Order: sequence, then C-alpha cells, then structure tokens
Amino acid sequence: MREPTSPTPVDIHSDAFLARMMRDQLKLSIACALCFVVALVALPLLNYFQPAFMAQRVFGFTLTWLILGVLFFPFVWIISYVFIKRSIALENAEAQAAQDGQTK
Amino acid sequence: MNTILLAAEAAKGIDPWIAICSLATVAITVGMGFWTAGKSKSAGDFFVAGRSVSVGWNASAISGEYLSAASFMGVAGMVMATGYDALWYPVCYACGYLFLLLFIAGPLRRFGAYTIPDFAEGRYDSPMFRKIAVCFVLFIGFFYTMPQMKGAGTTLAYIFPGLPYWAGVVVVGAVITLNVSLGGMKGITLVQAFQYWLKVFAITVPIFVLASLVGHYQQHLAANKTSQETVAAAPAGIERKALPAKAPKDEAWIAPFGKLTTKALDASIVAAKTPEAKAELEANKKPYSLLYTYSLIIALVCGTAGLPHILVRFYTNPDGVAAKRTTMWVMILIGVFYVFPPVYGVIGRSLTPELYDAVGAKGTDKVVLELPTLLAGRDHPLLGSILSGITCAGAFAAFMSTFSGLLVSMSSALAHDIYGRMLKPGASPEQRLKAFKWSALIVGLVAVGLGSQVEALEINFMVGQAFAIAAASYFPLLFMSVWWRGMTMRGAATGMLVGGLSALASITLTSISDVAVAKAKKIADAAELSAYWADHPLAKTIADYWVAHPLARILCEQPAIWAVPLSIILMIVVSKATEATVPADVRMKMLVLHAPEALGLKQEYIKEHEGLGGH
Repeated sequence: MREPTSPTPVDIHSDAFLARMMRDQLKLSIACALCFVVALVALPLLNYFQPAFMAQRVFGFTLTWLILGVLFFPFVWIISYVFIKRSIALENAEAQAAQDGQTK
Repeated sequence: MNTILLAAEAAKGIDPWIAICSLATVAITVGMGFWTAGKSKSAGDFFVAGRSVSVGWNASAISGEYLSAASFMGVAGMVMATGYDALWYPVCYACGYLFLLLFIAGPLRRFGAYTIPDFAEGRYDSPMFRKIAVCFVLFIGFFYTMPQMKGAGTTLAYIFPGLPYWAGVVVVGAVITLNVSLGGMKGITLVQAFQYWLKVFAITVPIFVLASLVGHYQQHLAANKTSQETVAAAPAGIERKALPAKAPKDEAWIAPFGKLTTKALDASIVAAKTPEAKAELEANKKPYSLLYTYSLIIALVCGTAGLPHILVRFYTNPDGVAAKRTTMWVMILIGVFYVFPPVYGVIGRSLTPELYDAVGAKGTDKVVLELPTLLAGRDHPLLGSILSGITCAGAFAAFMSTFSGLLVSMSSALAHDIYGRMLKPGASPEQRLKAFKWSALIVGLVAVGLGSQVEALEINFMVGQAFAIAAASYFPLLFMSVWWRGMTMRGAATGMLVGGLSALASITLTSISDVAVAKAKKIADAAELSAYWADHPLAKTIADYWVAHPLARILCEQPAIWAVPLSIILMIVVSKATEATVPADVRMKMLVLHAPEALGLKQEYIKEHEGLGGH
C-alpha cells in the first residue's frame, strides 16, 4: 500500500478536489504553452532587432530560416512529448489519490 | 456530353503517367468507400466511428484531413512568391496543434459529445446555444470548403488542359459525397489515413529525387544573397535561371518582413504625393510588418485549435488519454510533412522563375506540380513523368481528404444537431442514419455550387479567412468553457458571436476591395477604368481608405490580433455580469471534463442506448 497523498480522505465530488485537479493540470499546460509562446514571440523580435545576426549563414540556410523552416518542428515535438508524459502521470496520481481516499 | 468531348480533345496533350496516378487515387478512394460501407452500420459509426479509432489510425486520419490543397500546393507557391514570411504558414499550421493538445483535446473528448454544438449545449444547458454553434460549424465549414473546391478545379484543369474549371469541382464533390454517405466517419477514417501516407509519399519522393539531381534545399537557398552579402554564396554547380522583373529581389525574399507583410504599406507609398509622406511611410514599414506577423501567428495558432472539422475527430478516440496521444502524433506526422513544401518553393525559385509572370493557379501555386516535369527535359523523361504523376496524385488526395472531413462535420451538424436534436428529437436510429445520408448529399451539392463560383479567389487567402474566423469564435469558446467555471451561456455566446462576426466583417471588407482592385488592374483604358470605379462606389471608397490608412488595412486583413482578445474579454465581462446564470451543476460538468477516466465519472454525453445506436 502506498501512502495516500493527502491526509484526509479525498472526496472526488468536493470543490477542493476539482479545484486542485484543474489547477495542477492548468499549471502544466500553461508552463508548456509558455515555452512555445516565448519562442513564437521571440523569433520575430530577433528578426526585428538583430537582422544581421539572424541572416548569417548556417549550412547554407540563413539562421532564421533554419530555425523557422526546420528546427521549430522538433522543438514543438519535444514540448508535446514532455506534456503528454507529465499529464498522464498527473492523471494517474489523481486517480490513485482519489481511490485511496475512497477506500479509507 | 460536352465534357466528354472536351476531355477527349484534351486527352491528346496529357502525360499518361499523370492521368494514371490521378485516376488511381480517385479509384482507390471510391473503392475504399464501398469496402467500408459494409462495416459502418450504426449511427455511432457514422458520427464518431463508434468511438473506437486507435491512436495510430486516428493520428493518420486527422493529419490526412488537415493537409489540404492549401498545404500541398499553396504553401510551396507562397514560399516561392513571398519568401521567408510564408514559412509562418506551415509552422503555425503544424504548431497550432500544441494549443489544442495543451488546453482542449483531452477534456473535450471526455465530455463525450458527438459534435461541437453538443458540447455547447451540454456545457451550458442551453438549446439556444446549440443553434448558434451549428451556424458557426456550417459557416466555417463552407468557408474552408471553397478553397478545397478551387484546388480541385484548378488541378484537374492543369492535368487535363482544356477541361473547364467546374469539371474538377463536380468530380471531386461527387466522389467524396458518395464516400461520406456510404461510410460516414468510420468510412472516411480509413480513406483519410491512407491519403495522409499518400501525401507524404507524394511530397517527399519527388523532391528527394529532384534534389539529388539539381542540388539540395540549402544549396538553392544559398544561391539567394542576403543584404549583407555582395555576391550570392552559391556552391558550384547550382544552376539558377534569371529572375523575371516581377519576382521579388533576393535580399527582400530571403529576409523577414518582405512582400507578404508590407503589401498594404507598399500601396500607400506608391500613392503618397510628397517625398516627406513617402519617407514617413517607409519608416513605418518594419513596425507594421512585425504587427502583421504577430497577427498572422495568432490567427493560425488559435484557428487550428478552433476548426470544427478537426475538433470533431477527437470524439472518435476511445478516451481522453488517447485523444492527447493522438494529438502528439498528429503534430509529428504533419510536422514531417510541412518541412517539404518550402523546399519546392526554394528550388522552384531557382529553376522555374517563369512562374512569377503568371498569377495564382497558373503561377507559383503550381510549382509543386511543375517542378518534377523539369526532369523530363534533363534526359530523364520517364522519371519526370512518373514523379509528376505522383505529385498530382498527392494533390488529388489533398483536397479530397479535407473535403471529406468537412463534409462529415457539416453533415453531422445538419443530421445530428438540426434534425436529430431540434426538428425531430424522437427520431429512430434508422431515421437518423437516413438523415445523415441526405445531409451529406445536400451539403455536397451546396459545396459544389459554391466551389464553382470562387475561381477568382486565392486558395491560401480563403483558408486564412476560415482560420481567422475560427480563431475568434471557437477557440475562445472552447478554451474558456473548459477552464473557467464562471462562464455563462450569455458570456460564451456574446464573445463567440462578436469575435467571429467582427473577424468576418473586417475580412469581407478587405476582400470586397481586393476583388475590385484586381479587376480594375486588368482594365488598361483610362476612361473605362473610371467608369468601372463609378459603378463600384463602395469598393472604391474602401480601397481609397486602405491607401490612406495602411494600419487599418493590416488590422482588417489580419484581425486575429484584436478579435481573439476582444472575444475573450467579452466572455469574461458578460459572464461576470450574468453570474447568476452559471449552470447549477457546473462542478459536475467540470469534473467530467477534467477527471481521469479511471475515476469512473465518465458518462458519454451522447449515449448509444439513447436510441442512437443502430444495432
């Protein structure tokens, strides 16, 4: 038997349970979204303020072309992979906590 | 009869490989439709494929549905025509799924509806809201259908020269309508999954062969000099034809903030009377471009997360976790695809610059189809024919699969939401099934009718409109409904209606004047031109206004940057004002949306035994 995550029995119909579950999941979603949004906002800004730096050649591409046309895709895959892993783990933990709470 | 004669006439100049590959794609699609017809029996099969589509199949099917004619041909054409800025299209088309994954996919599936209007009604206990949501499904759906139809018409006319534009629209419309009414969602899932792999094959194989013969992506890119380079650093052996006068210059093409984003200001600069005014406008060029870029990004990212025909596919997953996994695989599958269309654009700029001289479907838009034929002139006649046959097959798969998805989501809206829920709530399963088939036929006919009217409009432009409307209506609705308990029906409806309609209105304003300006450009005679403008006073007024106010023009052409926040703010404000009408059991609804399936709270909003199951 693993320790229940909360000391009091979890009532899945309580406001507290719902609020905590939504907060945890939203936190994770927002953290992942921020990584993505920062990159989306930063790239045009870099193009705007550092055009010479972004226009330097990397393997024949310009730096900014390489980032947007090629590297952006794997970057997003990594974010989504991390999100899926964490969010499924989170769901399992919630389910476990709720079941522990009910059997108590 | 006339068509057959025309086709026979045209048949003389057709490459047999192109004809065979295109016909094979159509034949396989129809064949699969008949094959799956026997397997789709219940209403659940037709609307949500029995909610049993596995992650791999569903990811392939969603990707197949999503990669439309705009992706297959339009993106390459745009990169060739406008350069770096057009890269935002493929990147945001693919990455918009991240928002869907992070905020919407899992909870939406858990709610267990059939359609988005189901969700709208169920979340707020409001039949009224279902009606509003249905209108938006049909609306966005038809907006997105028109460019697919245009892709069909122009591709067929390209493959069979001499065939009229409407023939392609009718052929594709008929084939897909038949397929959808035979097998519904379950039937098209298989077809779309097959079409995804066909499209990936069709975009990658020709470009790999081509690149190995004429030089690679980065080598052709290096042939375009940046503003810091005095000569192009093209590696030896990379061939490049002279660019026509209409083509953008290297420095502007390869750098950000080029032609695509400065169009509005360029028009004002041309019209400016004094050198001071010109200089002032020149100084605004870069900041305005930045604004345009951000607004485009918001429209594409939020729009992807709000397209009803994509969202409805998430209901075909068995549970919320599968919905999340599916989304991740979709991002990988479409990301792999989207690396390649820009390669066609870049190599096309070096080798087929003559396309710059024509417009739209006859110009850069056909670079994907045109490039492989180059090999025919380089001692590989057979290879060239086979490869262009493959790309044509891919193009066919592109608009067929997207249209089939749209047709299912719109037929569901008609059959399930309007017939089954509003007109005749007590309908038997057989009646509902029949309603689905009839709806498919009606929507198919309307789509063909609309599609044959839009020959003059640009594919990517129309798709952009559908995205902007979806971004300002469905995305805020879903995002806020899933995560905020305080939302009321009035808040949701106000935000969605105002956001969506204002985006639509501003886009319509720009297209009225754009169509008129495009027509006016063709008139050479000055007297005739002034007569033309006198006949179109509204378009003239708008067009003049844009020239005087380029910033307003940018904000109307790309409304997402203000329409999405406007919609969300309205939802919050109105919901706060009508706080008393928050649904009483909102806690239970939120629990169903967010609790893991393991807790046993899941209850499908639409239950099979409610009389929807056909067994």
